[in-house]
Amino acid sequence: MSDATLDMPVGGTAQRAGNEPLVAADGTPLKQKLAQTTRRMKLRALMLTMPLVLFVLIAFVAPIGDMLFRSLYNPTGSNVVPAFAEAIQQWDGQDLPSEETVKIFVEDLAKARRSREIGRTVGNLATRLNYELPGYRSLVTKTARRAARITEGPYKEALFAIDKRWEERIVWTTLQRITKDYTLAFYLAATDRKYDADGSIVQADELYRIYVPILWKTIWVSALITALCFIIAYPVSYLLSTLPLRISNLLMILVLLPFWTSLLVRTSAWIAMLQTEGVVNNIFVYLGIITDESRIQMIYNLQGTIIAMVHILLPFMILPLYSVMKTIPPSYMRAARSMGASGTYAFMRVYFPQTVPGIAAGTLLVFILAIGYYITPALVGGNDGLLISNLIADHIKKTLNWSLGAALGTILLVVVLVFYWLYNKLVGVDNLKFG
Amino acid sequence: MKLKNMLLGTVFGAAVAFGATAAMADGHAKELTVVSWGGAYTKSQVEAYHKPFIEETGIQIKSEDYNGGIAEIKAQVEAGNVTWDIVDVELSDAVRACDEGLIEPLDPSILPAGADGTPAQEDFLEGTLHECAVANIVWSTIFSYDTTKITGDVPTTMADFFNTEKWPGKRGLRKGAKVNLEFALIADGVPAAEVYDVLATPEGVDRAFAKLDTIKDDVVWWEAGAQPPQLLADGEVLMTTAYNGRIFNAVAGEGKPFEIVWDGQVWDLDLWVIPKGAKNKEAAMEFLKFSTATEQLAAQASYISYGPARKSSAPLVGKFHNADIDMGPQMPTAPENLTNAVQNNFEFWADNADQLNERFNAWLAG
Amino acid sequence: MNKSASQSQARDDAFVRFENVQKSYDGEVLVVKDLNVDIAEGEFLTMLGPSGSGKTTSLMMLAGFEPATHGEIYLAGESINNVPPNKRGIGMVFQNYALFPHMTVAENLAFPLKVRRMGRADIEERVQRALDMVELPQMGGRRPAQLSGGQQQRVAVARALVFEPKLVLMDEPLGALDKQLREQMQYEIKHIHENLGVTVVYVTHDQTEALTMSDRVAVFEDGVIQQLSAPDELYERPQNSFVAQFIGENNKFDGTVSAISNDSCTVELNGGGTVQAARVGDLVGQGDRTTLSLRPERVEIAPKNGALPNVLTGEIIELIYLGDHIRTRMRVAGNEEFIVKVPNSADHVPLAEGAKVNVGWKTEDCRALDPL
Repeated sequence: MSDATLDMPVGGTAQRAGNEPLVAADGTPLKQKLAQTTRRMKLRALMLTMPLVLFVLIAFVAPIGDMLFRSLYNPTGSNVVPAFAEAIQQWDGQDLPSEETVKIFVEDLAKARRSREIGRTVGNLATRLNYELPGYRSLVTKTARRAARITEGPYKEALFAIDKRWEERIVWTTLQRITKDYTLAFYLAATDRKYDADGSIVQADELYRIYVPILWKTIWVSALITALCFIIAYPVSYLLSTLPLRISNLLMILVLLPFWTSLLVRTSAWIAMLQTEGVVNNIFVYLGIITDESRIQMIYNLQGTIIAMVHILLPFMILPLYSVMKTIPPSYMRAARSMGASGTYAFMRVYFPQTVPGIAAGTLLVFILAIGYYITPALVGGNDGLLISNLIADHIKKTLNWSLGAALGTILLVVVLVFYWLYNKLVGVDNLKFG
Repeated sequence: MKLKNMLLGTVFGAAVAFGATAAMADGHAKELTVVSWGGAYTKSQVEAYHKPFIEETGIQIKSEDYNGGIAEIKAQVEAGNVTWDIVDVELSDAVRACDEGLIEPLDPSILPAGADGTPAQEDFLEGTLHECAVANIVWSTIFSYDTTKITGDVPTTMADFFNTEKWPGKRGLRKGAKVNLEFALIADGVPAAEVYDVLATPEGVDRAFAKLDTIKDDVVWWEAGAQPPQLLADGEVLMTTAYNGRIFNAVAGEGKPFEIVWDGQVWDLDLWVIPKGAKNKEAAMEFLKFSTATEQLAAQASYISYGPARKSSAPLVGKFHNADIDMGPQMPTAPENLTNAVQNNFEFWADNADQLNERFNAWLAG
Repeated sequence: MNKSASQSQARDDAFVRFENVQKSYDGEVLVVKDLNVDIAEGEFLTMLGPSGSGKTTSLMMLAGFEPATHGEIYLAGESINNVPPNKRGIGMVFQNYALFPHMTVAENLAFPLKVRRMGRADIEERVQRALDMVELPQMGGRRPAQLSGGQQQRVAVARALVFEPKLVLMDEPLGALDKQLREQMQYEIKHIHENLGVTVVYVTHDQTEALTMSDRVAVFEDGVIQQLSAPDELYERPQNSFVAQFIGENNKFDGTVSAISNDSCTVELNGGGTVQAARVGDLVGQGDRTTLSLRPERVEIAPKNGALPNVLTGEIIELIYLGDHIRTRMRVAGNEEFIVKVPNSADHVPLAEGAKVNVGWKTEDCRALDPL
């Protein structure tokens, strides 16, 4: 409508002949003139957003790009044994590599042994090999210590003398693979699979399958937490939105209070509440509900994780719900009632559908936060309350297998994006109302 | 235009502020950052090493705590911003950090000779000097119980720890595969000397996990060294594995009624390492030499029951600093405590830690 | 017939009846003080009053959304105090229309029918008829947000009527519309009311709306009905100063009653002068202070000598040309807000600011009311 009025010549002063473009008073085309006058405004707006854009680029886009890259790119092999990395690619994978290739390997290893440069030490190669062939770390470090002493052939025999394992073909096929810079090995590991001696992909031994089961568990635990948050938050938000402002503001502060408390403090408070010698158990024993010997294990397990996380994520559900409910005037329910609908019917058909944007926003928010939650499961998760983010943290902080951590992180990111996409299909992102 | 000026001003101001912080950091160059495991252990080091060192050299020491591992060292070295000067690490971590070039190589010949004149290389216990690290103590993982909770028939062997029929109740274990697998095999009847041979076979690993399975539902997992004495004191567990020094200090320092069972203990080393590119490398070297001298190692042993890495320190070890307790028998290295003991095999764990932890996590979650 | 018999008779006659109804929200202030109203079947009754006068509260009590603190409300002879709103069968139009934004217009209209479990074909037919009635036959598929304010208004009215309630309540339904549309809608609602014969209780603070549409108007103030009369009665014969001030434009004089006769009295004005005024019941007696009420259009400017009983001299302060009439503000007996509407006839008296002219009126047009 507004476009149409803009194009319309006003009072017939600017006459348009045929398809000629409109011109301003000084003869320049009107569109060009408009662009000139708005350019400065646009530039200024751009300047204002620059700090944020830069911040997002530096603090968000770049690290995620780096993470994606790290999960695929690992040049350890070619860094540590560069000549061998080239030579081994000629090998057809049958029997063992040629004497010439093994000679290059021994020489490279002897050179690498003297290197103290980060990422180019024997230790790096040993660690990298150990990722794919657990237990073979010492094979590389031990051999490297003695490599300088091997000055003449036959080189293969010399290696066999150091350790029998050099006779295994899988050691060399693995070396051939890890001396390539780009690899899918970490994604395989992240999905509980691995390469066998022939380089084909096989499932990991059942006892070592952990990432896929934990990922599924993370998804359903997050869904459960989201559902619990919703069940608790809905009536609370309704109450908040219907109470007089003075009281609802006070209650809102109570809702937000945990927000302003350190996450660590809140989680520790739950530990104090739920541990076997904690407040809840003491009350149960005092009331005679349970005996002193049969205190209930409520924390350091999945149950504890769920309780603490529901509490911590609750405000993220309440706030969007409240903000949506606040905009629904009571007259809708009254109108429905006046037309003969019972309270339940009016709620289900009139009130509830109008809160859907808030529900959608709240559940999406809580679900995405829950699926990547780290600190609470780490503190109260105990045996079975660990989630995928804890494993990622483990690889970043403890095992230092950053590539595997990155692959797991990428998978988690993809899962979140898939859920977001699904959500968009079902609810429509335009319909979300975050507050 | 005004806005632009404001932005420029902000950027300039921030730059000045950063510059100032950097300059201040330089001004405090003579402050050494020493990183260790916190709690009673760090306290013993402060008393035995830091205080005399500050007195002698005038170099100030900033003490930081961490929970082990080489992740922080790796992150600092790779980022080229090393803020830690000297770090107390476990042997397997020292080996791996050295292999990966994250820590400085150390020449053992610079270490002072023992108080009795023995050259350092002979004075240190076998295996306690490494190409990048120097050991200061021998510590151990043992199990312990509260004598007020278990009376009469008390547990004396590792097998007893796993016997939840005779002693029903929760068990505390460190979350991770290391040490737990050794304990499980010993409890299952494997002689201490053969533990790593058995563990090197897939059947041995299965056997260890099968033994852990028998108490899985009763386990409370701990991570920081300070947790087990607390778990025992709170009654959260009936028995728990723990670092022997932490239990000793709870007994000697706080009068807790805990008893240590030495059977099946797994002992290990803690070593000093200097991260590559440490800002105060010279001072760190001085501190390393100072703290691993005979007297200092012996002094530390009067604050916590960890054995000194030098032979020459042993005769100097006396009593606990504020109680009439002879420290000798409290050491992991005391002969009567070593009857059925395992030394942590760093090479085995460097090779297999990742895989076994993965299996451990899968087992835990299952 | 004795008194009690006539009372029960009234109860049976009245379609809606408020009996000694009181309402308090906080236990300290009575918002509705003592409401007694009978509304006949098919009547269009408007509750008019400033905000906070208790009119909307009374409507909400009738609809069932607020419980009465005391007293009884009857609908068709039955007490409905304990009947929930959905069982009262009362249609309602809200100030903000309360059209369900997530439903189309047709779905909105079908809502009360679906609740009543009507057949699909029946529903469709009634919905279409309702749309036709409000002249929006093609709009069934749209969402409320896609309609103009006036169209939404019509849908809201149609929705309140589609299930054929005997009683429809309207809570300031035209408040959000612009002036022109509001006037148009007033006539439409009036016509719908006439055609359907439904009983309407209408709440507004707009007196024009009230006068245009209603059979009777109840003027609320301070939780009490000040006057309940037909519109002409209300305007021409206000029973007290509040009503006189609230409805239409009003010139007022403060004074004291010096003498009374049958249906008139003599009043000494505070600003000087003596006038004759109509008595309103026993509202004022001899020696009482009073406020006189006089409609501007009943004042004659420069009357012929002896033609009118009351004549005072005034000074013209301001003239406003309004096309059909000239609004003349004068100072008369100390009152500087004395308004006269001089018809813009071909031969009206020439007016000039600062000029002194006589003004006069008939005794029955000037009413002696309670002092303000």
